[in-house]
Amino acid sequence: MAIFKEKHYLRVKLDKETDESLWMQCKSCGELVFKRRVRENNNICPYCGEYFFLTAKERIESLIDEGSFTDISKPIMAADPLLFQDTKPYPQRIEEAQQKTGLADAIIIGNAAISGIVVVVGVMDFRFIGGSMGSVMGEQICHGMEEAIRNHYPFILVSSSGGARIQEGILSLMQMAKTSVVRARLAEQRLPFISVMTYPTTAGVQASIASLGDVIIAEKGAMIGFAGRRVIKGTIAEELPPNYQTDSFALEHGSIDRVANREYLREELSNVLRFFVRQ
Amino acid sequence: MAEKRAIELLEAKIQELRELNKMEEIDMSSEIARLAEKLEALKIDTYSNLSDWERVKIARHPERPYALDYIDKIFTDFYELHGDRLIGDDRALLVGLAQLQGKPVVLLAQQKGRSTEENKQRYFGMPRPQGYRKAKRIMALAERFSFPLISLIDTPGAYPGLEAEEFNIGGAIANNLLAMAKLPTPTIAVIIGEGGSGGALAVGVADRVLMLENATYSVISPEGASAILWKDKGKTRQAAQALNLTAEHLLKLGVVDEVIPEPLGGAHKDPQKTVASLKEVLIRHFAEVCNTPLEELLSARYKRYRSFGCYRTLSDR
Repeated sequence: MAIFKEKHYLRVKLDKETDESLWMQCKSCGELVFKRRVRENNNICPYCGEYFFLTAKERIESLIDEGSFTDISKPIMAADPLLFQDTKPYPQRIEEAQQKTGLADAIIIGNAAISGIVVVVGVMDFRFIGGSMGSVMGEQICHGMEEAIRNHYPFILVSSSGGARIQEGILSLMQMAKTSVVRARLAEQRLPFISVMTYPTTAGVQASIASLGDVIIAEKGAMIGFAGRRVIKGTIAEELPPNYQTDSFALEHGSIDRVANREYLREELSNVLRFFVRQ
Repeated sequence: MAEKRAIELLEAKIQELRELNKMEEIDMSSEIARLAEKLEALKIDTYSNLSDWERVKIARHPERPYALDYIDKIFTDFYELHGDRLIGDDRALLVGLAQLQGKPVVLLAQQKGRSTEENKQRYFGMPRPQGYRKAKRIMALAERFSFPLISLIDTPGAYPGLEAEEFNIGGAIANNLLAMAKLPTPTIAVIIGEGGSGGALAVGVADRVLMLENATYSVISPEGASAILWKDKGKTRQAAQALNLTAEHLLKLGVVDEVIPEPLGGAHKDPQKTVASLKEVLIRHFAEVCNTPLEELLSARYKRYRSFGCYRTLSDR
């Protein structure tokens, strides 16, 4: 065996994605805004402060020290173990999502520095089949935690997911257990795991790895919960409070540690990491 | 289902002849035997080709044996313990101590109700956070006293409600997954009815996962998948098929270690026989896990869960 095992990682270019149009309309305040200005503003509307979705790459850029990112995702993509077909065959859904996002699946794992502290970071991309967790995401999260263990780095996971990927059936459900058993190892090694919940962190992801952080920080405007508003209204017919499953609801009921505005999330991470990592 | 009607008619006819046979002088036994044979053939024909959706209906059958029916017959001295020590007790997820083969064990049991009144108390078998936290409390007890843990799974899912969200049901489930991942005692899970997603998995991470033939275990209900993926409530049949939620499928996928056979037509057709089959299989696995060194069990448990998943390796691109 070679002493230095050569690695082949999927490289993700962090350059800006090209857009067809220069302007966009804010869904919240209706203002017409210059897209570049929105992007430079962390995808926050400069007029009303509304948060727009961040892609995984944009999220990474917004959180880490410039130029510090190396993609260490495993070179894997979804198979179709159940030969699943709903209104479309599953492989077709995967291909469409890959084309739309330029990603292999709904998560990127990388090494990066946050205020000089080296970490392993995993970031989900909601555009890829709702950020759903199937075999690939489960494996990547485990891989990320194992890399953290191997190098003695903290692990950060930024969730943006509707839950388990239905198209992989029970194997998706098993990813909840799979990420939990590896999370237990991370704890044995006394390495910190900071879980960042963004819009949305729900169902299978919220009910597993995302809720197992040593510290759980929600981005302002996040949606956090297990069963969606529709499910509850449909089955139970309960009246739900207006802040149901928001960041403030989760904070108020003790499900998370803190809430941070998007523009302060990087600072929030570096502040908390400093308690765990001596430089 | 026309076949079911035919089976019922034949059963009634045989019963009628048997009664006649008792009263009258005429010997009807050959006719009865002939009909019984016909009935058996019809049953095999009908029930051995069940669609996945039909199995879902059997798994949910209101007369299907529930957890307490098995506990009463398989374990001795069931001693229920109550409450999560935080907010309350949960009647959909019972915990307690019991004896199996003369050994003390910790039991987790998801329990549905028979009557409307009982179902109201038991939330139709849907545990709330207090149930999962009670389970976690009892896991700690199992650890402290090295009691093996056995869980009987039968739930449509964790309870979806405002109060459950306020008490962070997702976090409660997640923490049970973590606790079961490293619980240093032998663990066995048996899916006896419905294995409803995270609500089932939260008591289902174990060294052995056993499953009754007509039980189901799925990431989402066929109704849920139908609504989300097909955007149509009527596609439950297709969804059930697509989800691969039957014991046979799950055995192939490696999620389940052994399938426990049920009587033709489902466990409710002959509960006694089902109990006997389950007991035989459970005791065999129980002896195995109890005779395996703990280190080995934990390492095998880790490997089992670490390896779940199916993906393709990309050539360098």
